[in-house]
Amino acid sequence: MARGIKDKVAILGMGCSKFGERWDSGAEELMLEAYKEAIADAGIDPNQLNAAWFSTAIDEVHVGKSGIPMSTTLRLPNIPVTHVENMCASGTEAFRGACYAVASGAADIAIALGVEKLKDTGYGGLPGGRGGPLQALWSANGTAPGNFAQLATAYMTAHGVSGEDLKKAIGHVSWKSHQNGAKNPKAHLQKAVEMETILNAPMIASPLGLFDCCGVSDGAAAAIVTTPEIAKAMGKQNIVSVKALQLSVSNGSESGHNSWDGSYFHTTRIASKKAYEEAGIKDPRKEVSMFEVHDCFSVTELVTMEDLHISQPGQGWKDVLDGFYDADGTIPCQIDGGLKCFGHPIGASGLRMLYEMYLQFQGRAGARQLKDPKIGMTHNLGGAPRENVSSVAIVGRYE
Amino acid sequence: MVGIVAYGAYVPRLRLSRQAVYDANKWFAAGLRGLAKGERSMANWDEDSITMAVEASRDCLTSHKPEDVRNIYFASTTHPFKDRQNAGVIGTALSIEQNLSASDVGGSLKAGTQALVAGLNAVKNGGASLVAAADKRLTRVASANELNYGDGAAALLCGTENVIAKLVGHHSVSMDFVDHFRGDETDFDYGWEERWIRDEGYSKIVPPAIKAALAACKLKGSDITHFIMPSLMPAVPKQMAKACGIADGAVRDLLGATLGDTGAAHALVMLVDALETAKEGDKIMVVAFGQGADVLVFEVTAENAKLPKRKGLSGWMARRKEEKNYMKFLAFNEMLPIDKGMRAEFDKKTALSVLWRKRDMIYGLVGGKCKVCGTVQFPRSQVCVNPNCHAIDSQEPYRMAGLEANVMSFTADSLTYSPDPPAYYGMITFPEGGRFMADFTDSDKEQVKVGAKMRMTFRIRDNDTMRGGFKRYFWKAAPV
Repeated sequence: MARGIKDKVAILGMGCSKFGERWDSGAEELMLEAYKEAIADAGIDPNQLNAAWFSTAIDEVHVGKSGIPMSTTLRLPNIPVTHVENMCASGTEAFRGACYAVASGAADIAIALGVEKLKDTGYGGLPGGRGGPLQALWSANGTAPGNFAQLATAYMTAHGVSGEDLKKAIGHVSWKSHQNGAKNPKAHLQKAVEMETILNAPMIASPLGLFDCCGVSDGAAAAIVTTPEIAKAMGKQNIVSVKALQLSVSNGSESGHNSWDGSYFHTTRIASKKAYEEAGIKDPRKEVSMFEVHDCFSVTELVTMEDLHISQPGQGWKDVLDGFYDADGTIPCQIDGGLKCFGHPIGASGLRMLYEMYLQFQGRAGARQLKDPKIGMTHNLGGAPRENVSSVAIVGRYE
Repeated sequence: MVGIVAYGAYVPRLRLSRQAVYDANKWFAAGLRGLAKGERSMANWDEDSITMAVEASRDCLTSHKPEDVRNIYFASTTHPFKDRQNAGVIGTALSIEQNLSASDVGGSLKAGTQALVAGLNAVKNGGASLVAAADKRLTRVASANELNYGDGAAALLCGTENVIAKLVGHHSVSMDFVDHFRGDETDFDYGWEERWIRDEGYSKIVPPAIKAALAACKLKGSDITHFIMPSLMPAVPKQMAKACGIADGAVRDLLGATLGDTGAAHALVMLVDALETAKEGDKIMVVAFGQGADVLVFEVTAENAKLPKRKGLSGWMARRKEEKNYMKFLAFNEMLPIDKGMRAEFDKKTALSVLWRKRDMIYGLVGGKCKVCGTVQFPRSQVCVNPNCHAIDSQEPYRMAGLEANVMSFTADSLTYSPDPPAYYGMITFPEGGRFMADFTDSDKEQVKVGAKMRMTFRIRDNDTMRGGFKRYFWKAAPV
């Protein structure tokens, strides 16, 4: 294990646009909305930025390639801008790039900004039809709901969970996020929903119904990072520092080797273990105060809580039904509404999760403020259960 | 001895109720009432003459090695490609490419028997000939053809060893008698009056041809045990038999009640039907009519009873699902401007260079087996997928099309575009090793379950209509 970057990087400021069906805005307006807030929050002049990382996942339907869209939109001072894409983990990847630049000393102050403008396609759901010319010839003609629905069938098979119990548990996952999202003025969906409605919603890809799927949203989020020393010198209080950043990428064993049973995320287990090690966390179920995980689908969140080593394998659904992850539970999860309700503009999502952590540590989370959180963990999963990228970030108070 | 050494057939699972078709159309075509009986086979949206011919060929090769095939003749009037060898697609799907001569035979309902004659003649030069015939003919709404036609395929392997039906002789006549035609500018047949076809066509062209064949074979009409002659007019084969001294009881059923007329394939489909129960010494006469006539005479040998079991026509006929939804039939055949939604608009352009490089993977479902650790995997890759191996350049080709797989996980997806929603797909695993996320076909809610056994089947994956209909073929999983 490498030495890691624990406490080498501090968050200087953050910004996040309102998420939702932003018919009023293109990617450019959304980027500026997040950027203005982040710059003001950091209290710096744009000329103090040394480097930028820019994340999108489906840029072909909005900004296009390269670092130029970010640099021109924000009129950055001709600094390096690196465009990153790693599916749904793109936002966390931009953050990782900026943090590594600061930790290495290559930059004193760096910015990570993620954006996705998805609602200019003319239809609901994510744009499809990507993948290279070989994949197009053989890979099943699936969608994200269809791929993640299979996590549910495999989970039920592996752990002998009945369809009814699972449906109730994943229904509770979404119910809880709707409760939380209702308290978030920047969330895409701000309405609490009855369990009855969730359970009886139309089927999208069995067994996942409409409320088991997160929204497709427009939005942007940004983080400005520096060293804790510079932050202190700038007079910052309640400094939030990075404890760990880990990423694990499938190598094809899940999709091509019969050793994987389809019921868990191999990569998430690896990334979270490494992250706890980097952050020096021995017992995550006791030490982590809050989670923002990748609840692209309700069942993803349920299984992820096992793969983050919080719930025991096969027991996550019971923890969910016990309210362990509710806002008033032992470890609140998706306190900002999660992808389910805050929304999922893909390239921005990882940074949006960190934004909530940052607000909570600073005591600025309004109606959903938790009491004295110490360690927060975010998680993104890009791709499908059988082949994915899984990123984990741990942040906390800088002591 | 030259003759047939093995047979196979294929019939799509769906059987369209003729009453359902009639009920939808009777306001317009009340005269079709007499045809509103029984059912016709109906190809799934992902089937065409190539995919059906591949299935019939696989059935035929149950007992024989594909690599012994030296010639493929593919007969159809509905070859999916006008310029691209359709028979070659079949060859690649069967993993036969080397030492192979492939030909498409078409242009007439005699194409099936023409291909069979060619296949039988070719074995004199050594090796076996695979003769596959399939048709999936489009028909006008509310036409008699819509009710009479069926979709299906047959395949016959011709050779010189362990012959099950020896070729006794054959005779052909060719003349431009146009009972019906399908021009270059339409998908539909246009036919002349039936009574004229019967009196001036069949009656004047077929009996002389049969008599010439009998003479060449030194046989009498009464020697014929099975008389096979497709016709849309059920009385005509009996009349032709009678005119040639062939017993009425020898005239084979046209399979109209349960299958329909499968076009250029039908004579061979009926031949497979006959071979399934034929006894040693039986004489089978096959007649096909279409701008002339082909007559072939076979004698069944003792080998027929020893042929290893296969599905055959009866097996595929037994796999049946009734379809009463006429709208679905129209939509599957692109006869309705149905609103497919924006998700159907994704570009289906095929990189032909990729297809060529990966043709064994895509068309043959050939994976790899690691020489170091023995792991079977799909696709074959340069670095072994086994996390405990990762050997480089260690894999030998491993054909997986014939292997049964199990469903590990699946879904019924209502979001993705499918011509037959919801789209079933899932992770299938092969007990020998290997797995992939596969599209399912011919699937119902009741059949698709975790652990269900699946059989791989060659199907249309996409149709690139932007470029004139380039069909992408790949393998799908269907419940056993």
